[in-house]
Amino acid sequence: MPELVLDVKNLRKEYGDKVAVENVSLHVARGEVVGLLGPNGAGKSTAIQIFLGLVTPTSGSVNVFGLDIEKHRVKILQRCNFSSAYIWLPDNLKVRENLVVFAALYQVKNPKAKIDSLLEMFEIAHLSNSLTGKLSSGESTRLNLCKALLNDPELLLLDEPTASLDPDIADKVRKLITKIQAEKNMTVLYTSHNMKDVQEICNRVVFMQKGKVHAEGTPQEILEQFNHTNLEDVFISIARGGDLVEKPE
Amino acid sequence: MISFARIKGLLLRYYFCYSRSTFRIMDIVFWPVMDLLVWGFLTMYMLKVSGGVPGLFTYLIGSVILWNVLYRAQQAVSVSFLEDVWSRNFINIFVAPVKTFEFVAATCIAGLIQSVAVAAIMVPLAWFFYQYNFGTLGFFMIPFFINLLLMGWTLGLITTAMIIRWGHQAEALAWAIPFLLQPLCAVFYPVEVLPAWLRAVSLCIPATYVFEGMRTILKGGAFSMKDLWLSMALNLLYAILAAALFEHLFNEARKNGKLTKLNT
Repeated sequence: MPELVLDVKNLRKEYGDKVAVENVSLHVARGEVVGLLGPNGAGKSTAIQIFLGLVTPTSGSVNVFGLDIEKHRVKILQRCNFSSAYIWLPDNLKVRENLVVFAALYQVKNPKAKIDSLLEMFEIAHLSNSLTGKLSSGESTRLNLCKALLNDPELLLLDEPTASLDPDIADKVRKLITKIQAEKNMTVLYTSHNMKDVQEICNRVVFMQKGKVHAEGTPQEILEQFNHTNLEDVFISIARGGDLVEKPE
Repeated sequence: MISFARIKGLLLRYYFCYSRSTFRIMDIVFWPVMDLLVWGFLTMYMLKVSGGVPGLFTYLIGSVILWNVLYRAQQAVSVSFLEDVWSRNFINIFVAPVKTFEFVAATCIAGLIQSVAVAAIMVPLAWFFYQYNFGTLGFFMIPFFINLLLMGWTLGLITTAMIIRWGHQAEALAWAIPFLLQPLCAVFYPVEVLPAWLRAVSLCIPATYVFEGMRTILKGGAFSMKDLWLSMALNLLYAILAAALFEHLFNEARKNGKLTKLNT
């Protein structure tokens, strides 16, 4: 049986009367790339915040690398990383300075070489001494990804990593993530509204709607379950309250 | 296990941020120097026109310097936290393997550095403009500094906890809280000036003993060691309570989702 990197059982999160996440169970094995999908307000962000220990669940359990996130947050986070298109690095620091700071926080060995190689890989080495605030949104996204890969995470959580990228850079980023993931056998939990990303990168997808897991399987299985030819149509169908289609006998 | 490498990483972030920004450096240097000049020249003028209170000048200049030590320590703790909130970097820090203690320790060290810097600027300037010798306080300069630093850290921690609890709308507290206490802790006048009921409050504030002690020494009297220990004990008690409050409100913010809202 493959080693479980993320093991979520009966997760529930309430904010007052509002239930943000309801009875979510999710298992991600080492080396898997899982897309966590759903319309706005489906509970994806809350779920990811719980996985990262930023929010405490109302009930249920989250184990990462076999450890309870509530009890072993720091130990777990040392082996994880996170990048979001909506979370920035300080704009008053230079690109390299930001990476130096996070390399120290993640206690990266030989940080200079690691930073150089990531900057090269994401084609922003020439911006090393530029102020982060002067970067375009595409460059900022790539810098965020450099930060997210500094510690060679075993579990990488990516929240819409290609949201602000042009199609050329988005394609390069997808290919890089796929390459690094394959080389390091990294486990990736990926949220995106770009179904092309998901279809290209993810081995398995989990659709959430109204705080619950609505559908789960490989992209192909999901397409069959919903009787659609692409994930975008599945997404729209779920967002508009569609349900599984009975497969013909 | 506490990691000094991570504390160093957080300090590096403040160093990069401050070393590049003239406005941030100005914020540290400008206000203390302005305080020193305005209070110093005002006091000189008052002494000239009214004859004044013997020693008033030395009391006020000493108070301005010591108050800035406390204020800077408080500011460094709360504003360092706000820097991460303003730059929307807060989440990046807390999804890194950083312990809350390490985060607080880094802000406290930033406070120590800024307080020392402020004192190092103000003391020679006070000598240059007014021939005021801060060294008159002798050995007591050290415990006075430590006490004010501790109280500044504690106030900074309480301020940060309140910002976590009430969010962006509470940011103004970072500047307001020290001035809420200033009239009560006998910075510029002795405790006996306060009404009796406020005197009782004033004696519960560690800084009161420092400012009273400074005036006693400048008057040529002996500062009571009992008061020094009392001040230190109060500081330790409040620091423990502030740490507990911070921990509680931080965990509450994780429960009610307010922690992640700070990044929006």
